[in-house]
Amino acid sequence: MVTRSHFIPRLPVVDQVENKRFQVSVQQADFDVSALQRALLQDNYEEGAVASFTGYVRASNARRDLHTLELEHYPGMTENSIRDILAQAAGRWPLLNAGVVHRVGALRPGEQIVWVGVASAHREAAFGACEFVMDYLKTRAPFWKRELGKDGAFWVDARESDAERAQRWLKIDE
Amino acid sequence: MLKVLFFARVREQLDCATLDLPWQPAFSELGALQEHLCQKGAHWRDVLSQENIIRAVNHCVVDSSCVLTDGDEVAFYPPVTGG
Repeated sequence: MVTRSHFIPRLPVVDQVENKRFQVSVQQADFDVSALQRALLQDNYEEGAVASFTGYVRASNARRDLHTLELEHYPGMTENSIRDILAQAAGRWPLLNAGVVHRVGALRPGEQIVWVGVASAHREAAFGACEFVMDYLKTRAPFWKRELGKDGAFWVDARESDAERAQRWLKIDE
Repeated sequence: MLKVLFFARVREQLDCATLDLPWQPAFSELGALQEHLCQKGAHWRDVLSQENIIRAVNHCVVDSSCVLTDGDEVAFYPPVTGG
C-alpha cells in the first residue's frame, strides 16, 4: 500500500538526474542572463542550440502610473510546478539542459522578471521547448502580480490570451 | 492537522494567509473542507465560491472530489499571472 506523507507532492516525481538537468530558481535577486546561458552548456559540446526568453517589467501598462510590480508565489509548489513543466517539455522535445529563473518581490519597470533557457542538439527543439515552457509557466505556475501606482495597488487579472496560447499545445497533441 | 493556505487576492479578501485545522474525518473530501470554511461566514462563502478559484492539495491542482488525509496541505488561490 502506498501512503502519502506530508508535503510529498502528487506531481510526477522528478528524479535526481532531471534535477541536475533542470535548474529552477525563484528568487528576489536579479540574474545574469549570460551566466545562466553558459551554465546550460556541458563540457562535451553536444548542444547545438540554446533558445532563451527574458521577460521584463513594462513601464506602459493598463495603469500608466505603475511604479512597482510586486510578485508573490507559493513557496514549494511554484518550484515543483516549474520542474513539472520542464519535465513535460523534455517529454516532447529532446532537451539536454534547461533552466528557469523567476523573480519575486518588488520590481521596477525595466527590471528582469523571468528567464527561460533551453539547450538541445538542434534549434527546432530549443525554440519549441522554450515557448512551451513560457506558455505553461504563465498559466500553471503559482505566481501573482500586483501593480502599485499612485492610484493604489491592483492585482493583475489573468489574460484569456495566455490561456489560449497554452491551450494550443494541447491541440497540437490531437 | 490540515494546513490551509490562501494566496494573493484570495488571501487579501479573506484577510487570512494560513489556517491550521485539527483533522476531522468530515474533511475527507476537499469539497467538504471548502463547505466547512464557507460556514465561517457569508464573506468566506462569497470569496471561496468565486468561479475561477483554484484549489491545490500537496502542491497539485485538484477538484472538489479530491480525497484529503490528515497532514495534507491545501491551498486556495486565484488564476496565476506570473511570467
